[in-house]
Amino acid sequence: MESGNMRYLAPKTVTEAAQLLADSDGIARVLAGGTDLLVQMKAETIAPDLLVDIKHIPGMREITAEAGGWRIGAAVPGAHISEHAGLKADWPGVVEAAALIGSTQVQGRASIVGNLCNASPAADSVPALVAADARVQITGPKGTRDCAVIEIPVGPGKTTLQRGEIVTAVLLPARTGIGADACLRFIPRTEMDIAVCSAAVNVTLDESGRCSAARVALGAVAPVVLLVEEAADILVGSRLDRATLERLQSVCSKAARPIDDKRGTAEFRREVVGVMARRAARLAAERATAKAGEKA
Amino acid sequence: MALDEYEKRDFQVIGSRPVRPDGIDKVTGRALYGADAVLPGMLVGKVLRSPHPHARIRSIDTRAAAALNGVRAVVTGADFGEIRKGETRNVAENAMAFDHALYDGHAVAAVAATSEAVAREALKLIEVDYEVLPHVTEIAAAMAPGAPVVHAGFVEDSVPDGFSENVTARHEFGHGDLEAGFARADKVIARTLKTAATHQGYIEPNACLASMGPDGRGDLWCCTQGHYFVRQLCAEIMGIEESRLRVTASEIGGGFGGKTTVFVEPVALMLSKKAGAPVKLVMSRNEVFRASGPTVSSEIDVKIGMTRDGRITAAEAELRYQGGAFPNITVMFGAMAAFAAYDLGAVRTVGYNVLTNRPKQAAYRAPGAPMAIYAVESVVNELCEELGLDPLEVRLKNAARKGTKSSYGPTFNDIGLVATLEAAQAHPHYRAPLGPNQGRGLSCGFWFNFGGNTSVSLSVDMDGSVSVTEGNPDIGGSRASIAMMAAEELGIPFERVRAIVADTASLGHNDVTDGSRVTFAVGLATIKAARAAKKELCKRAAMMWGIDEEAVTWENGCAKPSGPNAGSFEPLPIEKIARKSPRTGGPIAGHHEVNAEGAGVSFGVHLCDVEVDPETGHTKILRYTIFQDAGKAIHPDYVEGQMQGGAVQGIGWALNEEYIYGKDGRLQNPGFLDYRIPVASDLPDIDTVILEIPNPGHPYGVRGVGETGIVPPLAAVSNAVSHAIGTRLYELPMSPPKILKAIREG
Repeated sequence: MESGNMRYLAPKTVTEAAQLLADSDGIARVLAGGTDLLVQMKAETIAPDLLVDIKHIPGMREITAEAGGWRIGAAVPGAHISEHAGLKADWPGVVEAAALIGSTQVQGRASIVGNLCNASPAADSVPALVAADARVQITGPKGTRDCAVIEIPVGPGKTTLQRGEIVTAVLLPARTGIGADACLRFIPRTEMDIAVCSAAVNVTLDESGRCSAARVALGAVAPVVLLVEEAADILVGSRLDRATLERLQSVCSKAARPIDDKRGTAEFRREVVGVMARRAARLAAERATAKAGEKA
Repeated sequence: MALDEYEKRDFQVIGSRPVRPDGIDKVTGRALYGADAVLPGMLVGKVLRSPHPHARIRSIDTRAAAALNGVRAVVTGADFGEIRKGETRNVAENAMAFDHALYDGHAVAAVAATSEAVAREALKLIEVDYEVLPHVTEIAAAMAPGAPVVHAGFVEDSVPDGFSENVTARHEFGHGDLEAGFARADKVIARTLKTAATHQGYIEPNACLASMGPDGRGDLWCCTQGHYFVRQLCAEIMGIEESRLRVTASEIGGGFGGKTTVFVEPVALMLSKKAGAPVKLVMSRNEVFRASGPTVSSEIDVKIGMTRDGRITAAEAELRYQGGAFPNITVMFGAMAAFAAYDLGAVRTVGYNVLTNRPKQAAYRAPGAPMAIYAVESVVNELCEELGLDPLEVRLKNAARKGTKSSYGPTFNDIGLVATLEAAQAHPHYRAPLGPNQGRGLSCGFWFNFGGNTSVSLSVDMDGSVSVTEGNPDIGGSRASIAMMAAEELGIPFERVRAIVADTASLGHNDVTDGSRVTFAVGLATIKAARAAKKELCKRAAMMWGIDEEAVTWENGCAKPSGPNAGSFEPLPIEKIARKSPRTGGPIAGHHEVNAEGAGVSFGVHLCDVEVDPETGHTKILRYTIFQDAGKAIHPDYVEGQMQGGAVQGIGWALNEEYIYGKDGRLQNPGFLDYRIPVASDLPDIDTVILEIPNPGHPYGVRGVGETGIVPPLAAVSNAVSHAIGTRLYELPMSPPKILKAIREG
């Protein structure tokens, strides 16, 4: 991977990194795990003039408890997420979604922020982040802001991030009440693949075991991850019984707006995304019920 | 046929499992692959490829590229002009388009520059004026009357009138009265089955380093399955005598038949000649998919008649294969192999080769056989289902055996099909219970195997250790197997023998590492070279003892007097004879040259269990067992590895692998992300049962084992999926959308 004049810089602060990006007059890219970026460079689909490596900025590779929830730094690799007991207890669906990215080797580098900013409609971890109602913290030339994950991608390869802005962390909210999430992806193989479709479901149970809150997100069936409120409405107030989950399946299939491509037909995606949603909801319900059992 | 070679004996080394001699180099990175070759002052070569599936090249303007600082040479088809005829011309035109771009990815120009960045920049400056022509990438469309003519001038006399000019050859095999046979059947089933083009999927992309001197002598380092053939092709393309070009094969990161020809090597040589400097050319993965040689795709009509009790009365097939824009004979192998497992009174196969705007196919493990046998084994199973018969019993009832006149002509000698079927029948796998959504499939497989031109030299070094020099790249552990055969024959430990693969100037001609030929043919030549060396060792011992040469025998690595009359001497070990060799006539060596015959066909039977998710169409392979006749397993680890590797590739063909072309004629999935070969977590441990029915044509009974293993999985998996979902698919790959659709349509 040789390039004429590409610069590689590894600043020590976010402000400095944002400034470098803002001042760059060519193609500039943030390098975290690099598992998308380096592949694109090798395939000659992009030839950046500037790479800003954020791995050396303090906090970027840390997972910390914050406001009852969790802060995951932008360069935390999937392998660290998978081994974090606190995250796994609160957000098992987010953890399993992060673990879907790539392979064992890729997990040593790949970050969920990178997965989000790459803005693929098939991003493995984004449906789970949306179902979790996760937010991201952003630093840019004008300072720091935060916004919901779902507001970042706007289409394949496109985000709402402004020039010079860097996503520095994912913020997972505090769990209120008894709840759990789950995420399932369909691929023809068992790993190292791009989602044909995926679904993430996050549920909260009240003391009687009824679903009091839910979020349902679908991946790879539209230009962006879909948050299906109608599907969540079906779950709320139910005991997540079989009939409810079958209605969820049907609503999710209807909500999907997939396309035909080399990875699957639209017809197949529409049908299977419903199956993934139903199975994910059942898994989330089982996890939440198990937690309720532990408390009782 | 050499059928008197085999001699029963007890083995010391053969059949054991020593540590592979190339293992440490490969896991530590010390092994040198195609892209690892370097020379001082070498340039970087890069190829410009056509984005169009079919176009006339009106002109190519290379002036701006040639003028770029750092560019040392530019070549186009014009540099390869006036090239001879036949296959070498096709290879050259495939390496660099002459006047037409014939497929998406066809090379149209190349540059050599001082850096990769300059080379890339130079490619952007080359202006190609294309006249885009109508294209065709699918078999039926290419055969249709009025189809765009892909590449004119290849139609052979065997093709009857009335076909599209894209149909270049017709092959026919068989015997007996089909009409009478079908009349005797209680059930006749006729189906059309299709398979997709698949790539060999070797990990190492094609790579070479070429250095042409001003005196017309050259050197080439490349990853290849056959450097002698590389030399032959490249010398002819470069217009030089073979001896002027020395080719050295690197370690090889997989080939599976795909590296039996050249793609970038002639381009690198031509760039080097023009630049006056060495040129390294390494294909990217994208280039490997678009412009090296995948295998054919196929459409096959099969019709088989069977009696109520399971006897096949007649069988016929028409096979239509496309292998890209150049002619090939893969469909002939398919037509020969289709019914090889059966003893048939009436059989006929007809094969047609069809040109399309796709890359020139290359060999892929048992070329042409997997798709043909998939079609036949699917219909045989369907007949068994319809007639309520056990598919294994039916195959035993109709199995080819010694004395069977094969469907492609010759009469079989000792073959292992019945033994493999019986081993499968007796195995616990065949009777293991199945759960819901699970199914079991069975298929036979076959490959011809090959012997061929082989030259081996064996030298006894001064300390009595042994070097074997052979000329076939080691693609499946052949250095280990060959060293084992030398050790066995000489009666010395395996560790005292080192086998190396020498360059083209070091030995007589060696055919390509293909046709599962190396362990058989190079092994045979090694044994004979060792016997020649043993004879010399005995002669030297006789000199040392002062007795007649005939009075000395060889045993356990030592010369011994042949009996009490020869005199009483302590056995002389090989190292003592070697050390004294300067005083008994000089170095001790043996060599053997042969065009080996009697390779001995190989049969296999595969059993496969699957579970299909009825809501997604996802197939999981639960259990897989292979039964294959190896004649004699020299190093059983490698034999098992060949069997397992073939099965895994065949599972890939069955489930997910396919070349996907868009309406624009461009390849949609030129990378391993969307060209889905099985990954380790997709597979169970693959169980192997090696049968040893000695091949009469080899001193130790060896049969080639490299190719048969890829043949049965297609139908074994398809039959298992049919069993699991209760309906049959007639097209590969059986990707989840296709399976789910089949389930929905019942």
